[in-house]
Amino acid sequence: MISKKIVLRFNKEISGQPIVYKLIKNHNLVFNLLKAHVNPEEEGLLVMELTGESVDYDGGIKYLEEAGVDVQPFEKEIERDEKICTDCNACIAHCPTQALDIPDRKTMEVNFNHDKCIACEACVMVCPVNAMKVKF
Amino acid sequence: MAKTYEEINEKIKNGEAVVVTAEEIINIVERDGVEKAAKEVDVVTTATFGPMCSSGAFINVGHSKPKIKIKKAWLNNVNAYAGIAAVDLYLGATEIPENDPGNNSHPGRFRYGGGHVIQDLIDGKDVRLKAISYGTDCYPRKEINTKINIKDINQAYLCNPRNCYQNYNVAANLSNKTIYTYMGVLKPNLGNINYCSAGQLSPLLNDPLYKTIGIGTRIWIGGAQGHVYFQGTQHSPNGNRNEFNVPTGGAGTLALTGDMKEMNSDYVRGVSLIGYGVSLSVGVGIPIPILNEEILEHTTIKDKDIQAPIIDYSDAYPQAKPDIIKLTNYEDLKSGKIEVNGKEVSTSGLSSYKKALEIANILKNEIKEGKFYLSKPAELLPSVESKEKFKPLIER
Repeated sequence: MISKKIVLRFNKEISGQPIVYKLIKNHNLVFNLLKAHVNPEEEGLLVMELTGESVDYDGGIKYLEEAGVDVQPFEKEIERDEKICTDCNACIAHCPTQALDIPDRKTMEVNFNHDKCIACEACVMVCPVNAMKVKF
Repeated sequence: MAKTYEEINEKIKNGEAVVVTAEEIINIVERDGVEKAAKEVDVVTTATFGPMCSSGAFINVGHSKPKIKIKKAWLNNVNAYAGIAAVDLYLGATEIPENDPGNNSHPGRFRYGGGHVIQDLIDGKDVRLKAISYGTDCYPRKEINTKINIKDINQAYLCNPRNCYQNYNVAANLSNKTIYTYMGVLKPNLGNINYCSAGQLSPLLNDPLYKTIGIGTRIWIGGAQGHVYFQGTQHSPNGNRNEFNVPTGGAGTLALTGDMKEMNSDYVRGVSLIGYGVSLSVGVGIPIPILNEEILEHTTIKDKDIQAPIIDYSDAYPQAKPDIIKLTNYEDLKSGKIEVNGKEVSTSGLSSYKKALEIANILKNEIKEGKFYLSKPAELLPSVESKEKFKPLIER
């Protein structure tokens, strides 16, 4: 029996398909949904804990990958180095869960809510000053 | 009632100057009216902090023994221009290291370059200097490989041919794939919108007709006191303007200089723009002396009254087409969402309003404490009556 946290990303073409239903039904797995999000571009993101026999788990992951889902282990954490961040907010529009946002539009200060972060690394890619760091 | 630079500086000397930021002046004038505020307020501080690619540093590394007339030079493996006198170099902010893969593996990450070397120098870090030459009777040496540090070299000053763009394009992507631009990453099908201006705090938006900011104006740059040394490259005062005389596109620019030895890397940062390259974010503060009511009125400009064009960076911008998706304004851009072509689109800024506000307040306090005096420009910049225009390159 194994249990792992994983991040699944669905592109627009497959985000409307019943992929998770088939995953659970055909591979005898139990899932615990941690986070789910579909952005306005219809790209989907799921963070889940997947539990089952090792052979079922491996078969499930293989099925997901063949269906075009991007599967990543959820072992990462994103940290913001506040000394380096310039509050330029280039990251805001790229954060799929609003973990990075601007609570007060008068000061335009960027807030990072760790609890909402799903470690997708979109901010790491776009941060001009390398203030967002991946921690394993 | 008009004031002079001399009168304002006298007040600064006596600790009596009334100094407010370009954000604070808006409410003051709404409350007291232009006439009263023009009498009472002496200086309005403006500021901006954002990537400004047309930046770089002149560096004189000093003469080695024996001497070398540098032909080619690298600072931390980033090429610096050496086609000037023997040990003078110009390090451009956007230069990338010799071995950088660029966009070969697209999008390139561009983690280090000229802007970062400038930041390392300001941070007091040792920087590796490698240089080669052909040797002459007066400069016999042919190569050098050593470390330099800002505290030991003769000069290191920013010399930025174009900073503080008066206004700027707002970038969108109408294509169906993600694009990587100097305006940041733009998601397909109007996935997001990026802008880059401090809006109502930005220097030239508060002095739209260049009545006070000119050649010789003392400025705050990267934590040091520097100067405007000329109009910036692509200075173009003749574009469209709104009822407040504020340009609705690029328009005016400033060429700035300041001593890097006095700077602080909180306000001068190397930046990486994925898929595009490296640049330098520069913090600039410029005081506007309230010489008369007209100058004061210009400083009361609000985000909602500053328009900027949304341009498609997947086609119109790279193909030099004049098409504009629509005009928007900075109040809407700063709200985080705007409506474009019937769709609600998220907005992000590459310019930090928070840092700009911080700089406007630092400059305000320096003036109040008598640490920063205003200088009258030696020459004003070409303005709306000039014939200066931003021209394309005609290939022949």
